[in-house]
Amino acid sequence: MSLMPLEFEAPGVHSFDLPPFFESAPWFDKYMLQAILSVFVIMAFWLIMARKNALVPGKAQYIGETAYFFVRNTMARDMIGHDFRRYLPLLIALFSFVLVNNLWGIFPFTLLPTASHVGWPYGLALLVWLIYNGVGIAKHGFFGYLKQTSLPSGVPVFMWPLIIPLEFVSNIIVRPITLSLRLFANMFAGHLLVLVFVIGGEYLLVHGETIINRVAGVVGLIFSMAIFGLEIFVQSLQAFIFTVLTAQYISSSLAEEH
Amino acid sequence: MTAMELVGSLGIVGYGLAAIGPGIGVGLIFASVIQGTARQPEARGAMMGTAWIGFAVTEALAIIGIALAFVFGFTGQA
Repeated sequence: MSLMPLEFEAPGVHSFDLPPFFESAPWFDKYMLQAILSVFVIMAFWLIMARKNALVPGKAQYIGETAYFFVRNTMARDMIGHDFRRYLPLLIALFSFVLVNNLWGIFPFTLLPTASHVGWPYGLALLVWLIYNGVGIAKHGFFGYLKQTSLPSGVPVFMWPLIIPLEFVSNIIVRPITLSLRLFANMFAGHLLVLVFVIGGEYLLVHGETIINRVAGVVGLIFSMAIFGLEIFVQSLQAFIFTVLTAQYISSSLAEEH
Repeated sequence: MTAMELVGSLGIVGYGLAAIGPGIGVGLIFASVIQGTARQPEARGAMMGTAWIGFAVTEALAIIGIALAFVFGFTGQA
């Protein structure tokens, strides 16, 4: 039996190139629409949470309070220390924005995580980079901050030519790159995995030559729901990690010399 | 006889090599979580929280590998 070429178009990088909705506004594509919607959803949620404050909370208020206390206790207070209230709005906004934009990847009508287009994590990482460097410069002065970043205390002088470039690159250059690429790659790879199972399963089911191919297609489609479950976990975890690392970077910029 | 020609994605080979490190790293993280829970079961909550942070940071390298394998792995092909 000769092998016939497949008319199967495997999902790849091209699956993420979405055209804009209107030709006259090339910036308004599905990613931008999801981001704008997420801003409205987040503002509505937190405004409603800030308003209705019964002393004995009902169910909805309990969920909002849990979310707020989660960000405040685990991320802000434990990591930044006693000065955390200045940075709490930033951390709550980042956590909410990254979480909602990740969850668009499993929401039935959108099914595309916003961070799978690399510009969005780049923008968020740029914001975090400006903030943690700005905070450090505001507290220690420009050269004091560079000294505090590149030179941990207690390093002997002969190791300075090795330690200073290494620490400088690691703290100032590598941190925003890994922060953005971690979020981007998790969303990209997760969505690509979902696409492979769904598109591959559908192709096997509809165009399968033998009965075993069609059964494999059905199994692939059912297993794609398990992959959706994994995606919920990964998306929530990545939102948490982004915010925790932002808090950690702010905390290490503010750290005092011992 | 012509030499054997390999076609396909070099990026996937690179990802396979790159996944060795994070695989060992994640195994080490959760091995220490298991050992710490065995020594002191009441510290389990704090340990699991740190374990998930360490997991995400280590896993980032493997995930960057698979993502960039798709983006850059097909250079040199038509």
